[in-house]
Amino acid sequence: MSNHVDTTTVNRDSAHATFDTKPIWRTFWILLGITLVELALATIHLKTGFPPKYVLNGVYLILTCAKAFYIIAEFMHLRHEVKNLIMTIAVPAMLFIWFAIAFLADGNSYRELRNRYDRYHVEQNNTKVAPAGGEEAPTQPAKKPGSPE
Amino acid sequence: MAQAIPAGQKWWSGGKSPFNVEYGKLMMWYFLMSDAFTFGAFLISYGTIRFSSNSWPDPNEVFRAFPGMGGMHLPLVFVSLMTFILIMSSVTMVLAVAAGHEGNRKKVAFYMVLTIIGGLMFLGCQAWEWTHLHGEGAWWGRNPFLNVNGSRASTNFTNFFFTITGFHGFHVFSGVCINVIMLIKTLRGDFDRRGHYLMIEKAGLYWHFVDLVWVFVFTCFYLL
Repeated sequence: MSNHVDTTTVNRDSAHATFDTKPIWRTFWILLGITLVELALATIHLKTGFPPKYVLNGVYLILTCAKAFYIIAEFMHLRHEVKNLIMTIAVPAMLFIWFAIAFLADGNSYRELRNRYDRYHVEQNNTKVAPAGGEEAPTQPAKKPGSPE
Repeated sequence: MAQAIPAGQKWWSGGKSPFNVEYGKLMMWYFLMSDAFTFGAFLISYGTIRFSSNSWPDPNEVFRAFPGMGGMHLPLVFVSLMTFILIMSSVTMVLAVAAGHEGNRKKVAFYMVLTIIGGLMFLGCQAWEWTHLHGEGAWWGRNPFLNVNGSRASTNFTNFFFTITGFHGFHVFSGVCINVIMLIKTLRGDFDRRGHYLMIEKAGLYWHFVDLVWVFVFTCFYLL
């Protein structure tokens, strides 16, 4: 099955080499610290509204990528593998850059087009509904008959 | 594991393993790549739909409950606990891998048990959160929450939330199953007989990947 260990070519001694546990705990504190910073920022924003949401979103994305880097590099040990292995993972992963930008831009363009050409959609978006005090209290006329509940 | 490799090693001239890892570990990496693109597709489609909407429910309003705290307004607290549990179980997993390098069976088993407990705690948290949201009337195709601007929200929010956290929760569940199998094999002494604990490393890679995905789910659903 998958336990085909080629003992002649893979460096077997390294499989028994002592595994340093110090970087593990360091990584743990870094991950915990980053998460706490994210929570602190979110709480400050909730209380004061000070860092504007779009600035905060950028910060969150950077911090998330930092966390991802530490998990992959240290916990998954990729940083300590040979360069060939790092590259066979890192290079295809770069597709995500295109993937995210292209699709988010597409979503944004769709929103703009719909706001320009679909008047009903804009109206629906500007219609405020009574806050959910009673369950399903505001029976909106737009509800399709036969929809659940 | 790149120790003891002479400088200027020619990897591609034949006779060597160019990635210097065994077959199963390399294939685990490639599987995780494909899984990353599956999750990436989910999260990016969520982002696309969110970008195409004029308004969206406020996560701090939706995810504000904590077990046993009644209706108190506690945004982010519960999900922080879940994040902490998962990071912690990732740490115990690496410690199990480290113990495997020493060939210390008892220590491997001990840390595997801790990792499994962490996974089960995370699943319990998620079960509570789903039950709570379901009790509030949220489910696939049903969204009781209003948009930030007070208008009626579509069901996109709940559909994406339950699909993506459900898919992630399923990964956690299968990760726990894999870890249980690894624990049984450790206790039976299978890895001692084999002479190495590389299977623990492969299970570990999967487990860390689950943690990695959670980092992104956490940001996309609870923070942004």
